[in-house]
Amino acid sequence: MRGFLDWAAMGGYAAFVWPAYAVALIVLGGAAAQSWHRYRASRRVLDRLQSSGR
Amino acid sequence: MLSRLANPARFMRLSRAVLPVLAGATVAMLALGLYLALFVAPPDYQQGESVRIMFVHVPAAWMALLVYLVVAAASFVALVWRHPLAEIAAQAAAPLGAAFTLVCLATGSLWGRPMWGTWWAWDARMTSVLVLFFLYLGYIALVNAFDDAGRGSRAGSVLALVGVVNLPIIKFSVDWWNTLHQSESVFRAGGPTIDPSMLWPLLVMALGYLLLFAALLLVRMRTALNEARARALMMSAPRRAREAAPAQATAVLR
Repeated sequence: MRGFLDWAAMGGYAAFVWPAYAVALIVLGGAAAQSWHRYRASRRVLDRLQSSGR
Repeated sequence: MLSRLANPARFMRLSRAVLPVLAGATVAMLALGLYLALFVAPPDYQQGESVRIMFVHVPAAWMALLVYLVVAAASFVALVWRHPLAEIAAQAAAPLGAAFTLVCLATGSLWGRPMWGTWWAWDARMTSVLVLFFLYLGYIALVNAFDDAGRGSRAGSVLALVGVVNLPIIKFSVDWWNTLHQSESVFRAGGPTIDPSMLWPLLVMALGYLLLFAALLLVRMRTALNEARARALMMSAPRRAREAAPAQATAVLR
């Protein structure tokens, strides 16, 4: 536990290191989620159009 | 006409096969990169643990530049050869480039505060990267600003090509001007000046970012082709199509 707390404190720079990793995760993860969500939506619409005749 | 259709069809087949592999490699590489960055890499003798910000900041900066090159190259191909996949690629890549640039700016600010004593300075490096961010946003806005999609694409392509002059300015800003930002320490004549114990985690993270970009680029290009296909189907069978896919389809198809 002590080791973990030491690590998480980042030598006193926790207030800068963790937000930096959080920003990267949120922005890039958000881009991935949005891309995937929109892809699924486009697939659904296309499937429905193609199954309705032709 | 046939060859114009054949290429997107081949792209759909190939990307479908490649995507699961790319996605797996992306997750593995980012997991390894984070492990190396947070647990294995040593603290810097001057910057202490704050140097770990480098592992999310520097690869984002590299990707910000690389993705812009992809957008510009694809725009060039779109303008000169009118290849149908080129403008789709450029438009799929641009928001990803903007995301990497945003990560670069935000993490740089979080690193600058403890190391330089300021969140931001209007020096050449930071200002030119901010301009890159606005170039991405401008490109995205311009492409969507026209009712005629073809005109929007062409206007966007021209802007993307003009914006290329910003890339060498960013790259060499730290040599040409006295910037707060340090000069290049990886891609320089005479080899990297960064210790291998930090260089390796950095390169693994960079590869993870690159794979992420490649995977998302394919996903976004497939989305654009699906949407174009759906639009074409709606045109050819308007009533039946609208009955089949009412609210959602019109939302996606604008």
